[in-house]
Amino acid sequence: MSKVDNSRRLFIGAGAAATAGLVIAPGVTLLDLAHARPAGEAASSTKRWGLLIDSSKCATGCTDCVTACGKENGFGSTGHPETDAQWIRKVELKEIKSGNSHSLPMMCQHCAEPPCVDVCPTGASFKRADGIVLVDRHICIGCRYCMMACPYKARSFVHEEHEDQNPEVPRGKGCVEGCTLCVHRIDRDQQPACVESCKEGAMLFGDLNDPNSEISKRIATYATTQVRADLGLNTGVRYQGI
Amino acid sequence: MSNPAKRRSILGWLAAVLAAVLLAGVLPASAHDEHGDHKVIAKGDKCVEDTAYMRRNHMKLLMHQRDETMHKGIRTTKYSLKNCIECHANPKTGSVASSKEDFCMGCHSYAAVKLDCFECHSTKPKAAGDTLHPIVAPSAQPEGKDKQSSLSGKMRWQMQANLASLNGGEGVK
Amino acid sequence: MNFEAFRKIENSVFYALLGVFGLIAAAGMGAAYYMESHGHVVTGMTNQIVWGMPHVFAIFLIVAASGVLNLASLGSVFGIKVYKVRGMLSGLLAIAMLAGGLTVLMLDLGRSDRLIVAMTHLNLTSVFALNVFLYTGFFSIVAVYIWTMMDRKMHDYSKYVGFAAFIWRLALTTGTGAIFAFLVARQAYGTALLPPMFIIMSFSFGLAVFLLVQTAMFRWNNRKLDPTIQRRLKNLLAVFVAAVLYFTLVYHMTNLYFAKQTAFEHFILLNGGIYTTLFWVGQILLGSLLPLAILFHPEMGRKCNWVIVASLLVIFGGFAQLYVLLIGGQAYPLSIFPGYEASSSFFDGRINPYNPSLPEFLLGFGGIAIAALITTVAVRVLPFLPDDSVLHGETVGE
Repeated sequence: MSKVDNSRRLFIGAGAAATAGLVIAPGVTLLDLAHARPAGEAASSTKRWGLLIDSSKCATGCTDCVTACGKENGFGSTGHPETDAQWIRKVELKEIKSGNSHSLPMMCQHCAEPPCVDVCPTGASFKRADGIVLVDRHICIGCRYCMMACPYKARSFVHEEHEDQNPEVPRGKGCVEGCTLCVHRIDRDQQPACVESCKEGAMLFGDLNDPNSEISKRIATYATTQVRADLGLNTGVRYQGI
Repeated sequence: MSNPAKRRSILGWLAAVLAAVLLAGVLPASAHDEHGDHKVIAKGDKCVEDTAYMRRNHMKLLMHQRDETMHKGIRTTKYSLKNCIECHANPKTGSVASSKEDFCMGCHSYAAVKLDCFECHSTKPKAAGDTLHPIVAPSAQPEGKDKQSSLSGKMRWQMQANLASLNGGEGVK
Repeated sequence: MNFEAFRKIENSVFYALLGVFGLIAAAGMGAAYYMESHGHVVTGMTNQIVWGMPHVFAIFLIVAASGVLNLASLGSVFGIKVYKVRGMLSGLLAIAMLAGGLTVLMLDLGRSDRLIVAMTHLNLTSVFALNVFLYTGFFSIVAVYIWTMMDRKMHDYSKYVGFAAFIWRLALTTGTGAIFAFLVARQAYGTALLPPMFIIMSFSFGLAVFLLVQTAMFRWNNRKLDPTIQRRLKNLLAVFVAAVLYFTLVYHMTNLYFAKQTAFEHFILLNGGIYTTLFWVGQILLGSLLPLAILFHPEMGRKCNWVIVASLLVIFGGFAQLYVLLIGGQAYPLSIFPGYEASSSFFDGRINPYNPSLPEFLLGFGGIAIAALITTVAVRVLPFLPDDSVLHGETVGE
């Protein structure tokens, strides 16, 4: 076993070395390198994955993150927008009095106290140890109670049959789904597809539990907002600039 | 709708529980002996466990792995459905369950056991070239030494590892 | 007990009823299969209107099912004889309607084929999961209750089982109301007023259904209902209808007082289109005020036919009320960014349209038909009909 682990570490170390130099902005590295987790090891609560979204950098009309999400997770328009899945959407906001406008991407907020998990009758809606809120489609019965309970409208119900799924992202008719934070990518140390696609650098992914991570440092420095903070859900996705 | 794997019979739907319990319990045991004419599609010459063991227990292995992966994020490949599909996809259809010729459906339609996996899971392996990840965790590489003794198995692991290291810097751009 | 009095429904009527209800139930099952095999894309439900017409029917049936048991409770728990003889029919209707409602709920699931999963994986923080216990418990307790009422040897236990059933049914309706009361996300829900409101709604809907079924059964058996009993029952219905009206008033008054809720109240009460119409015309005028006027009218209130009309109106008003609460509550957009006007490709900040489809209606009526089938068959094979002859010689209106 120790031999196996060693070879893994060497391998991952090499990958890390290759990526270490990749910096998109001063102080903003693309990959947090300390997270390598062997495939056989369970996700742990020492981490809490989260996003910081800077709405002042998010361009109105730009939908790169939405497109990247659909491509990564294997869904697109079926011609019925009202039943289409939307794991991430661009919301345009206008302050009612001043007309002050913002644009930002909205997705599952990966709450620490997720209402969808509380209401799910079978436990299909669950929170992984590292804070990612997921739907276990194997035991989802399609009751849609989580969709009633989510204050962010972050869940979609699959209304139609699908084929040619991404092998890493199974999805099918009759179950509820939502943003997984690209858990399949996180588990191999990649960032969520939306974050990677954002040319403006408006999205930052990282470990909220690690005080030295870029995301934690920024949250400690700048004023950030949780959407519907009044509900006390302690969201994993935070916003800057609204 | 054209996919037989995804078609549900009226009977199965109305009496899903009854059918599943009765058929799953009774049929595979009696079916497996006279079932020699079904051509097994597989890369290499050895599965991750003995054939007899797999015939009886593949569902248990898959079920266990399913919960490990889904809830704990454990992504070892040995017993993963993705790994099964990699090896057992029909070269003609590229799939394990698009027709009765294919690996999964061949047996399951013979034994009349409803297959629920492919309501959501892709029946095809990930298309070549799609698997370019900067850091792939090929935990199965060491397993390959004892379990994947076949030439093709070895080659496959090597290829994946090569792709992975080749792509170490590229994919993150 | 005079078993001669329990005459069975005539053959021709019985088979006609079986045929009609059977056809409707079959149509409902067909609709469910259609929805199941094509996906919910063939219904009017969307990612905005998540729960639709089937849920309106299902919740009506479940709420009314617990309410209809009230007559039995009044008899056993509070010892009123007129209600005691109605206990068995009331218990039967409770089981039948709960079965019908749950069938609709189950068949609307995205994966109805996973019913066994719903039974074996229970997340106990979920009201739905708790309701699984409450529903199954209700079936068992009411079944035992009917047994204690029917079997002379078991009569002594009837009072205790009846008491348990009464407590259980209060818990069950609380659970049904809590499905919505525990939803913090949407403005129509998330209030502790909903469970007690659902209980009083169950009293009203349940009694209306009971009066309807009792009258129909009596007619088919060529029996007449004692006018004194009729008067008591219709007065009770009027009290329940008024109580629902009171709860509705408090619900909307509270919302109107909270500034963050006023826009939602404006939507329901003033400019919500179908929801405003259904609220004022459906629930308030036709479903509450008109039946109250009929029931308290010195002439009409005494006539059996008018009591039936009033009961039908109460049932219609109940459907209207649930439609406004369920669909209206979802049609109004979520307030994700208070103080901002929001727009997106996912219909943020917009009133969501809903056009219920035929399969949804068929499934809903299918549930009612299943309840009716169970009742029809049970009444024919066992003596469920109230026998007021045992009351003769006593003062009925004690």
